Amino acid sequence: MSSCRRPEHMAPPEVFYNEEEAKKYSQNSRMIEIQSQMSERAVELLNLPEDQPCFLLDVGCGSGLSGDYLSEEGHVWVGMDISTAMLDVALEREVEGDLILGDMGQGMPFRPGSFDGCISISALQWLCNADKKSHSPPKRLYTFFSTLYSSLARGARAVFQIYPENSEQLELITAQAMKAGFTGGMVVDYPNSSKAKKFFLCLFAGVSGVLPKGLGSETVDRGVSNQAQFTGQRSRFKNMKGKSVKKSKDWIMEKKERRRRQGKDVRADTKYTGRQRRPRF
Amino acid sequence: MKLLTHNILTSHVKGVTKGYPLLIKATEVRVNEVEFNPQFVSRMIPKLEWSALVQAAEGLLQLGHLQDLPSSLIQDYENNEEFLRKVHRVLLEVEVIEGCLQCPESGREFPISRGVPNMLLNEDDS
Repeated sequence: MSSCRRPEHMAPPEVFYNEEEAKKYSQNSRMIEIQSQMSERAVELLNLPEDQPCFLLDVGCGSGLSGDYLSEEGHVWVGMDISTAMLDVALEREVEGDLILGDMGQGMPFRPGSFDGCISISALQWLCNADKKSHSPPKRLYTFFSTLYSSLARGARAVFQIYPENSEQLELITAQAMKAGFTGGMVVDYPNSSKAKKFFLCLFAGVSGVLPKGLGSETVDRGVSNQAQFTGQRSRFKNMKGKSVKKSKDWIMEKKERRRRQGKDVRADTKYTGRQRRPRF
Repeated sequence: MKLLTHNILTSHVKGVTKGYPLLIKATEVRVNEVEFNPQFVSRMIPKLEWSALVQAAEGLLQLGHLQDLPSSLIQDYENNEEFLRKVHRVLLEVEVIEGCLQCPESGREFPISRGVPNMLLNEDDS
């Protein structure tokens, strides 16, 4: 399972994000674009009250690309990161928010109820790795979530964009978040695309809201998929016995529908579809 | 580090129960002009620990950054623009560039360099 393409497997975050890596975040325009797109979506998911400047926390703020978007929207933010090289880039870029050097796994050093919301772009998955002998991922995740919970105002949201390695990792993260008292769940944007697919963990502190829908997904969220869905449509007996009889009208209609879904060229359905020709033809 | 950040920062050293407010030992302080937003300032005031803010501002007073905040919060501050501007200046414009923060209980010091407080803990106190 472990591939060398995941940065978490190469080195701990404070080592991986060195000067060279940090420089990419201020020069590589593609990286900048992706980062700001993701922060835009994260802020949208935060569902902040409109026309009101809020006080936000950015965990794993790095060079402050996500913070730039927050400032643009008129919010005041505090950023936290473990990499000094990334924070140096943020200082060079003269970001508007205040910066703190800290490790999220050691807990958030803030007074209860300080923030109106929290965003974090591609940072949480770093907590799932044990980089030191004394590190225990579940414990560090729990410390992080429980201290974050208390530093958020009641009714505030926390949105984390993450790149989960596998489903066990997702399970680990959500389990610890729920243990710390959060409610909420995963929002998956563009679940059918391998490239544009993005995972957002939306957590609510206190008063729970309705979990938003992922972009480009027709299906309902994971949270309710294990319940039976009610429809107003009446079910006919014809569909109850599996596949339709071969060459019957239903069979033809199903086949055409299937081929249409595959994107193939299919004739339109008319009143003649699936009807037999006259014997004298 | 702005005083707004100082107002919400606590010490998270293991075993410390009352790590607030952190004592500022500043060696370099700078004042940066920030756009005044009365709506944000009046929204933040009820959330602040007023006594800690006054204490922090007084501590920096000796370094020549004159702040005269009333020791208790005044009434009807939402409409008092002069007061809001004063609070705005203390909260968002005064920045501690070099120095350190000290935990009032354990005495552990968190250094501040280039305006960034280092809140990393060692293995034994996390």
